Amino acid sequence: MSYYFTILSTRDTPLFSLALGTAKAGGDSTPRFPPQALQLCPYLLHASLDFVDEAQFANPAMYLKRIDAFASASISCFITPTSTRFLLLHLPHAPNTNPQAGMGEGRGFGPFVPAVPMNPASPQAEEAVRQFFGEVFEVWIKAQMSPFQDGEGKLGSPVFRERVRAAGRKYL
Amino acid sequence: MATTLPLNPGSKPLPPPQRSTPQSSKSTPQQQPQSGGLRVPSNRKTIYDRNINRTRTAELSRASFAYLFGEMVSYAQKRVTGIQDLERRLNEQGYPIGLRLTPLLLHRLSTPTAPQPRPTRILPLLQFIANPLWRHLFARPADAIESSATNPKEYMITDNEPLVNQYISVPKEMSQLNCAAFVAGVIEGVVCGVLGGQGVGLAAQLYGGENPDQPRDPPAVVSAHNAGEEGGMWPGKTVFLIKFSDDVMKRESNK
Repeated sequence: MSYYFTILSTRDTPLFSLALGTAKAGGDSTPRFPPQALQLCPYLLHASLDFVDEAQFANPAMYLKRIDAFASASISCFITPTSTRFLLLHLPHAPNTNPQAGMGEGRGFGPFVPAVPMNPASPQAEEAVRQFFGEVFEVWIKAQMSPFQDGEGKLGSPVFRERVRAAGRKYL
Repeated sequence: MATTLPLNPGSKPLPPPQRSTPQSSKSTPQQQPQSGGLRVPSNRKTIYDRNINRTRTAELSRASFAYLFGEMVSYAQKRVTGIQDLERRLNEQGYPIGLRLTPLLLHRLSTPTAPQPRPTRILPLLQFIANPLWRHLFARPADAIESSATNPKEYMITDNEPLVNQYISVPKEMSQLNCAAFVAGVIEGVVCGVLGGQGVGLAAQLYGGENPDQPRDPPAVVSAHNAGEEGGMWPGKTVFLIKFSDDVMKRESNK
């Protein structure tokens, strides 16, 4: 399983992006995206924003769960109370191997394979992503406490990046 | 709308200064993040190492708050054209505090098993402001929440004795001024933060609304008004008037 995580501001500006790999099932936490797929990730995340906008006021929870899918990849969303969006794209594949490329929709996103460990639709995966988002939310709040950081500012702190990476290693 | 200000008003969202003794020099090298050129505090504790849940004993002193707020008012008073302008500046100083406190307080109210929902509807939102927010800022809940009898878009939160006005003497010729405009700004930050998501995004700006050229109204405008009577029980009574936009009211009636 490989992940692509992005924080988007209320005005849809990307403030932070990080590619993560699974650390579960013997994974080495290295993201394994086919090169074209990695470039496509920001587009897929932005494309899911329509669904986020729809769900934002229909569902008062912060964790909106799985909101969108593209071929084998699916996208989970967490929305902070001040409408900053955390989006996570999951690309399921067997641990420590490159995902099958060139199938289905092409560009590295193969067809949906539910047999792979950590099926993104499973309750366990949902719970893991919820915990990951919860941890990132806490770190994000701490970042917001800085008077020099506003909701539209890039989250460039290396400590922040390290904390998000650690949360990924812990839960994903 | 939210502007970064040279003064961080009230400095409430900031964690209190570290009081604990510096750590032993043995443990510090491991804690240092591996990053060139990053400046970390001398005790090697960045804001990310602090606990997000403030303890009860970490309250700020009222004297320092009164001094700081007095300075903020005089800072806002420089180069203003009138009372309205002064109140607008105080409002702008409070706005970022509301934006920052909303996620922080909701996070503190949440437990791992029962996460707090976002207060996306008007009533829970007003209750969030009148209770957890007021308790955090002033250590007591607000005195009343009312809805306007004449205008369904208007709601009022009452504070009988606002802490911010306690040490501010307003001259007679400026009797209209209410320095609680700062608190109105905090409320506006909360309301606009929670309700302002949809409609401020890029897609909504480009395609949303009947007239995409016109910027959308903010979800709410909040102002502070003097409501005390001379010789009454609460001479400093202040009403915070929250005026929601049509978009918000439409969404509220849809559910």
